[in-house]
Amino acid sequence: MEAQTLYEKLWSSHVVHQEADGTALIYIDRHLIHEVTSPQAFEGLKLAGRKPWRVSSIVATADHNTPTDHWERGILDPVSRQQVETLDANIREVGALAYFPFRDARQGIVHVIGPENGATLPGMTVVCGDSHTSTHGAFACLAHGIGTSEVEHVLATQCLLQKRSKTMLVRVDGELGCGVSAKDIALAIIGRIGTAGGTGYAIEFGGSAIRALSMEGRMTICNMAIEAGARAGLVAVDQTTIDYLRDKPLAPKGEAWDQAVDYWRTLKTDEGAKFDRTVELDAAQIQPQVTWGTSPEMVETVSGRVPDPASVADPVRREGIERALKYMGLAPNTPISEIPVDQVFIGSCTNSRIEDLREAASVAKGRSKAPSVKRVLVVPGSGLVKRQAEAEGLHEVFLAAGFEWREPGCSMCLAMNADRLEPGEHCASTSNRNFEGRQGAGGRTHLVSPAMAAAAAVTGHFVDVRELA
Amino acid sequence: MKPFPELNGRVAPLDRANVDTDAIIPKQFLKSIKRSGFGPNLFDEWRYTDHGEPGQDCANRPKNPDFVLNQPRYEGAQILLTRDNFGCGSSREHAPWALEDYGFRVLIGPSFADIFFNNCFKNGLLPIVLPAPEIDELFRQCEATDGYRLKVDLAAQTITRPDGKTIAFDVDPFRKECLLNGWDDIGLTLRHADRIRAFEEKRRADHPYYFVA
Ligand code: SF4
Repeated sequence: MEAQTLYEKLWSSHVVHQEADGTALIYIDRHLIHEVTSPQAFEGLKLAGRKPWRVSSIVATADHNTPTDHWERGILDPVSRQQVETLDANIREVGALAYFPFRDARQGIVHVIGPENGATLPGMTVVCGDSHTSTHGAFACLAHGIGTSEVEHVLATQCLLQKRSKTMLVRVDGELGCGVSAKDIALAIIGRIGTAGGTGYAIEFGGSAIRALSMEGRMTICNMAIEAGARAGLVAVDQTTIDYLRDKPLAPKGEAWDQAVDYWRTLKTDEGAKFDRTVELDAAQIQPQVTWGTSPEMVETVSGRVPDPASVADPVRREGIERALKYMGLAPNTPISEIPVDQVFIGSCTNSRIEDLREAASVAKGRSKAPSVKRVLVVPGSGLVKRQAEAEGLHEVFLAAGFEWREPGCSMCLAMNADRLEPGEHCASTSNRNFEGRQGAGGRTHLVSPAMAAAAAVTGHFVDVRELA
Repeated sequence: MKPFPELNGRVAPLDRANVDTDAIIPKQFLKSIKRSGFGPNLFDEWRYTDHGEPGQDCANRPKNPDFVLNQPRYEGAQILLTRDNFGCGSSREHAPWALEDYGFRVLIGPSFADIFFNNCFKNGLLPIVLPAPEIDELFRQCEATDGYRLKVDLAAQTITRPDGKTIAFDVDPFRKECLLNGWDDIGLTLRHADRIRAFEEKRRADHPYYFVA
């Protein structure tokens, strides 16, 4: 048989039917659901008198709107509360394999709870009405975000209409420098190929630097595949994948586990398979990254400077930079390390897993929040992450440093709850989007790794975390 | 979904690259559990000078006179001219809902983000990709001509400029068919229900561990 890429294997094992123009019906194994993009889908289903095709494919949680403090008070914002209650009602009516509602011990960001509960498994197709569904591709499953009409489509038919993507290999070889993490790799890749560089592609991340990452790090990278324009990111199965999944609540057990693992080990790109495009990065060259603008591709190394639009010839790009600098309140050529930070957010489906919190804690330990920093929010990705962090005493490190230790949820990643920036504030954020207004109207987001966020928190500006060692 | 009409619509030029879904419809409006009513909040942060909240009457809010959609010459536009990577960011379908609710039927740009592109077709919006030089020329003409209109014929896959030039565009045959007829994807897919069932049974037999209940 012809050598196949991982993407091609996943794709071809899920095609139910194909139209002459290549549009295919793809079978969906796992359907993750949250409160923001599902109400209209459930309503549409009901209006059409349809029933969900396979309820046991559904895993749901409330995460985007939920508050991260004073859970005993419930959800104060009535509009948010209605959305969460609508999800409760829909799941009560329809059913699910698992539901982690607001205040449940295993509640959390949908892209954190899927993997940690073993709801995301290699070889699956995984969809969710959320673009960061690409995260799950770290487990060698075909995972991507869908719109609400598609949520309804999957509920009703267990399938999705799709066209095959082109394939891109991003190979990162070599060893990462100390203080440099998966987030820096992700930002460096986006800096290289641009936010539209992956449009139309499924990106497989490979190379020795990716192999050396934990599952948490691989999830961080696949999470940001969508920020490079790719609906799906992928990493092949290896021992790290299998070790992570063993004994997860919804992962197969006993004989089924052995059978599954035999299959999962085949989920990698064959020797000699061809990609439509290949991009190579040298891990040793990657420095800690900081975004300065309003798109994730507007990124620099921490030792760099904000660009000068006057030196850019292309008028569309030049205007883009001018507009971004105006919004961000930055002068051309400002050294990144001179940008002051008003708030720090450590959380989101990009960087809120246990390893991220450990990374941030290792920098925060024995230090304190800089007086000029108004607030440092640490928001674990899920109840399970929170408990693990507390068992390791990480929360005490954060609290001693003057950081706030919150309940799990999306929080200030998109500021749908009460956590948000004030106009003009600069935030060192471990999330994935620095769009205008993303973290609060007028807020200015700088994307960084957890270690770099903690370093900014204790110094009040961006600083190369390696200098703090 | 309504069938896609033949269109001779006014054009509004949005001269920015990487317009993201947070800009198209800011997140506070995502709290709605409805599908309609997002039009007044399309591009909310650019369109108004105050901060918008759901449920507000937008008629009396202070408008930003510099924003293109607030200029009288572009009132009632049904075609939006855009730059690269329009619709990047989240998968929120509220973005096409807002564009559609505002009155847009066609988006023309050099490239669109994948999920957004897909979502458009599910909501009766036609995104058209044209080469960058064609886009540049459309921007030039549109900005130079008051009341600039374009004729869009989906069946023939052509755009006709006021100067008579016709530009052909590509569209997936399947999506075109669905748009022209206003077909509902779900109904179409359910015609294959037997195939789906058969596929599912085989998958359950080969990979039982994906089917814990
Ligand atoms: S953490 Fe942010 S990016 Fe992730 S799902 Fe929540 S809102 Fe979306």
